[in-house]
Amino acid sequence: MEKSADKTIITVVGKDTVGIIAKVCTYLAENGINVLDISQTIVQDFFNMMMIVDMNGAQKPFGECSKDLEQLGEEIGVSIKCQREEIFRKMHRI
Amino acid sequence: MINIWEVKETNEMIEQENLDVRTITLGVSLLDCIDADLKKLNQNIYNKITKTAQNLAAVGEEIEREFAIPIVNKRISVTPIALVGGAACKTPEDFATIADTMDAAAKEVGVNLIGGYSALVSKGMTAADELLIRSIPMALCRTERVCSSVNLASSKTGINMDAVRLMGEILLEVAERSKDRDSVDCMKLVVFCNAPDDNPFMAGAFHGVTEADAVLNIGVSGPGVVKTALEKVRGESFETLCETIKKTAFKVTRVGQLVAQEASRMLGIPFGIIDLSLAPTPAIGDSVADILCEIGLEYAGAPGTTAALALLNDQVKKGGVMASSYVGGLSGAFIPVSEDQGMIDSVQAGAITLEKLEAMTCVCSVGLDMIAIPGDTSAASISGIIADEMALGMVNQKTTAARLIPVIGKGVGDTVEFGGLFGYAPIMPVNTFSCKDFISRKGRIPAPIHSFKN
Repeated sequence: MEKSADKTIITVVGKDTVGIIAKVCTYLAENGINVLDISQTIVQDFFNMMMIVDMNGAQKPFGECSKDLEQLGEEIGVSIKCQREEIFRKMHRI
Repeated sequence: MINIWEVKETNEMIEQENLDVRTITLGVSLLDCIDADLKKLNQNIYNKITKTAQNLAAVGEEIEREFAIPIVNKRISVTPIALVGGAACKTPEDFATIADTMDAAAKEVGVNLIGGYSALVSKGMTAADELLIRSIPMALCRTERVCSSVNLASSKTGINMDAVRLMGEILLEVAERSKDRDSVDCMKLVVFCNAPDDNPFMAGAFHGVTEADAVLNIGVSGPGVVKTALEKVRGESFETLCETIKKTAFKVTRVGQLVAQEASRMLGIPFGIIDLSLAPTPAIGDSVADILCEIGLEYAGAPGTTAALALLNDQVKKGGVMASSYVGGLSGAFIPVSEDQGMIDSVQAGAITLEKLEAMTCVCSVGLDMIAIPGDTSAASISGIIADEMALGMVNQKTTAARLIPVIGKGVGDTVEFGGLFGYAPIMPVNTFSCKDFISRKGRIPAPIHSFKN
């Protein structure tokens, strides 16, 4: 069920520590995932990051990348989530 | 470009406010399975369901993974079995074998409930309709996943009181057969007035004869999301209140629309409708009653409840209609007792009665839902409650339903546990004055006049 040039949103939420972005970006680079945009903020001492990425060149299928990132998050002590951008676009744009 | 705050809002809805897609229901027509030979009919039904729905569970899981949105149930609805089995079934036992087949097919494709063990008898019953209805206790008690519904009335035809009387007796028989399990099989049986052909919600889902060969209907949810949004506008005017509900309902429904389109594309089955119902679960923060409290009531059931519910129901529709290309099904706030922690609290506090619930069903779908009543309630009284609910639907030209659970061996003050999404319920008192002579009259109540509306 391969498809679409849709973008993917990766969110990272958790306690701020050194090297979160580096570790996530390393994974993305190693797997051929291109970062299009990054925004980051601290809300109530929590690190919040959102990356818009293009997974069309990814070496692994969506589900596998999503699992890998989730696992990586557990190692760093943050929550990492992968979602197709469409759910946000549908909800917030008419 | 989507910004971080929008992403955060959506994910908080999913993670903290119980936003989910409540059900993807695949409607499957069984009309082309009809055969006069019972064995052949059962084989045809099994093959049709398992073939059409073979990828349903896998597709549901894939969508969950890609959008990180939970899809709580994947279900199937089929053509009312009274129509399908008429040629082959000569006894209630014959019909029950079809329930066995539906159960086996549901297990094979991994869906938790399958609806459509149904008869449409709003004006009269055929021999097949009556056989099916009489087979319901047997069918529900020996299957696990089969749901049954009977349409007893409509605004165009009136109320079939012979069928209403029969269903009172049948419901008690279902209760009796499952009395060692608190009569739980009754929750798989619902009666309707003006039953929709495209309802995705159980126990009342069936695939109407006006539908295509296969179709996907989606039920969204999100009482927790509405409640959280309303917490931010406490004390504000009705205008602000209504606008907030509308905007929230829009967002919730858009997720349903997206899931519907994706599922339709991946399965190659047309998208039917989105059902805009606010469907609660017993989870804390997933309650319609809590929304009513947030609107300003101490408990659901307090004076003002019907008005607050009317407002809520209407705003959900106004917001949801624009978010979806096709709307149908029941589309209204559900007010089940056992499946809504806030409603259970209301009953336990003595704030709500069966009569108030009945009044509330005038302004929302879907009716008296998941209400446990004393096991010694007479069949005539159960038929009386059903008749009242049918009358509300008939006169108001809306869908109403009754899903009552007479708990054999228990009475007011006791509690019954249904498990999982079905929750638990304190047994509610029923008016004990008799309606026996009314119910024992034969025939039907004529359709109401559709003018001179007052």
